[in-house]
Amino acid sequence: MALKQWLLSGLLASTCLVSVAAAGPIENYSPVTTERLKNPEPGNWMHYRRTYDGQGYSTLDQINTSNVKNLVPVWTFSTGVVEGHQAPPIINNGVMFVSTPEGQVIALNAKTGDEYWRYKRQLPEDLFQLHPTNRGVGLWEDKLYLATTDDHLVALDAKTGKVVWDTKVQDYKKGQYLTLMPLVVDGKVIVGGSGGEFGIRGYIVAYDANTGKELWRTFTIPGPGEPGHDTWSGDDWKTGGAPAWMTGTYDVDTRTVYWGTGNAAPWPGETHPGDNLYSTSVLALDPDSGKMKSYFQYHQNDSWDWDEVDAPMLIDLQRDGRTIKSLVHPGRNAIFWVLERKPEGIKYVAGWPFVYTNVWKSIDPNGKPIADPAHKPGIGKRVEFCPSLWGGKDWPSAAYSQKTGLVYVPANENFCGGFTGEKVPLVAGKLWLGTKPEDIGLTPRPGATHFGELQAWDPATGKKVWSHNFPKSQLFGSVTATAGDLIFVGGTNDRMFRAFHAKTGELLWEQKTNSGIVGMPIAYEVDGTQYIAVQSGWGVDAQRIQDALVGKVPGLENNVPQGGVVWVFAVKK
Amino acid sequence: MCQDPTRRALILTALATGACLASARPSIAEEDLPGSSERPQKGDVLVFAEGDRAGEVIKPQDLQAGGPPVRAWPKDPKTSVVRKGSRLNEILVVKLEPAELDEETRSRAAGGVVAYSAICVHTGCPITAWVKAAGGDKDVFKCVCHNSEYDPRQSAQVVFGPAPRRLPALPLATDDGSLTVAAAFIGKVGAQQAR
Repeated sequence: MALKQWLLSGLLASTCLVSVAAAGPIENYSPVTTERLKNPEPGNWMHYRRTYDGQGYSTLDQINTSNVKNLVPVWTFSTGVVEGHQAPPIINNGVMFVSTPEGQVIALNAKTGDEYWRYKRQLPEDLFQLHPTNRGVGLWEDKLYLATTDDHLVALDAKTGKVVWDTKVQDYKKGQYLTLMPLVVDGKVIVGGSGGEFGIRGYIVAYDANTGKELWRTFTIPGPGEPGHDTWSGDDWKTGGAPAWMTGTYDVDTRTVYWGTGNAAPWPGETHPGDNLYSTSVLALDPDSGKMKSYFQYHQNDSWDWDEVDAPMLIDLQRDGRTIKSLVHPGRNAIFWVLERKPEGIKYVAGWPFVYTNVWKSIDPNGKPIADPAHKPGIGKRVEFCPSLWGGKDWPSAAYSQKTGLVYVPANENFCGGFTGEKVPLVAGKLWLGTKPEDIGLTPRPGATHFGELQAWDPATGKKVWSHNFPKSQLFGSVTATAGDLIFVGGTNDRMFRAFHAKTGELLWEQKTNSGIVGMPIAYEVDGTQYIAVQSGWGVDAQRIQDALVGKVPGLENNVPQGGVVWVFAVKK
Repeated sequence: MCQDPTRRALILTALATGACLASARPSIAEEDLPGSSERPQKGDVLVFAEGDRAGEVIKPQDLQAGGPPVRAWPKDPKTSVVRKGSRLNEILVVKLEPAELDEETRSRAAGGVVAYSAICVHTGCPITAWVKAAGGDKDVFKCVCHNSEYDPRQSAQVVFGPAPRRLPALPLATDDGSLTVAAAFIGKVGAQQAR
């Protein structure tokens, strides 16, 4: 073949390849209605935790304890992005939407892995990405919604990936950013801001799904004249943190949104005297107005960086001979919380430590934990405390199985830490922790035999039913439960993706992946076949913990390459 | 004198006196001044970015041998504009033993003083720490966001963590006893997006 002919053939072939690889637009897309969001079909995963109640439970049971050993990869897809891939693949009738760090969304055929379209956010080159990640896209009608680290909320046409609207939420140059998956309720797109490490005032805000117009904004720190303002001193409320950077849950019956809030800023409590409402709390909000209906504060005057941003699961519990409409939250502060959604507001039911802690001496009858001052960081003194600042369970979500009645917790045991508090002037856009970042410690507890711990708790009795321990790794990944009596989780530094027996904790299956998994596993179905999907892509805090352990844990596996891949599994027939 | 000045008058006044910027109305932030967002250029001097001497020109004798690094901004000596309009212009300056520097690094140093971008090339966080390397006993630059470490003695090559490439170097010279920029950054400043 002549050179010219060969080149022409190559060009034509390339053109074909491009058109095959990007097969979009999506045809026959299923519009997402309010009714579908309230009652998602078993084969779909359209919410952060599949359903509004945040349980992380799939009713699919084709893959179960008897056949999970035959689970094999059926397709994979490289995202081309490094850092922490934390988002659940979102599924709507055979279409998968995957979001990645750097604000990408990839639309894929959920059965074949073929790409329909890809959206690439053009991030500002001077962006300071403390948490370079994204936790998923919300769906409504024929649009999807992406919250970005340069603090925009973007609506895309779900069929083509074209931008429908793009709204600036706040200014990234002042440390404002977004990482969460938007919560869509009745045509409103609700998000909350990250940035607690930069001296911001936290908020939750709702936008019209069709236009991007702001509908309401509720600050998580009350201003002058608002209830709770007196729990702050002076002007601390203006910069006190309390970010709201994880997706909320939603009680459809009472039309109440529940949202978790982060710690007060900067870290040492001495720098912001008072209880600091509504930091480290769960807020109950009216989705139409943003008006606060009620709240419960998990702990007061936080000094440990213990965000409580993972929204509580809504579970009907049988306890003490009655059904409790509960809020269940295994906290970063090491306490497993059971609260009740009562007409008059959120009430404390029970709380107990699910990992070792030396911070809490007791919990009073109203649910207020009492701290030991010897383990509360302050100005000019180094204080050690357990668990570490990453807590007993950080943002990765627990799951609840409606079959077993158990809550499955990705816990970290035997990690302690500490830092020396100091007064630091606030500079817009710069870290404002109240300590030197390089002073933050992570120390294995003397005599520790393991660190990561997948736990199964009965929330009705407070009894731990089983646990699986990881001797050489943290556990930093969300958990998903299925009606096949399976518990799926990654989160360890050996790059494994695992399935456990929901009733016994027996390890039934594992698969090594390209990187470490900090993403959220999901279950879905297309044309009668059930699949399990997860993103593997190590980074952010899982990487930070890993790096902090180097040299402290003999034999620690520290070779966890970065780079995102979507993995999809099915049972080999 | 500072009431309702025109933009030109305000800038000229500020340049002449260094005063009035904070209280002027309409205010012109320093980052709005012409040239303040341009990358450091040959002939720029370096000034302290923070501390009691913020704004003062840095001289080699101001630096402690062996570190820690000093945070600096480039400053145009002709216009007196400090190029702090972009955080990508922030610079780390550190004085090291010349014999410790590899040949390439020594060629960009002024004596033992070397300079690099202060922005981590991983995800754009600032490099804030000067600590013992995770894999050795020498002090290195560290980005505490994601733990990347860079050795300033070896062109700031990555010695730990997820950063994909070395920090951009800023070649230095001395002029009239002050540190000056000898050439533009070598390499792209800041993080790079996936393609």
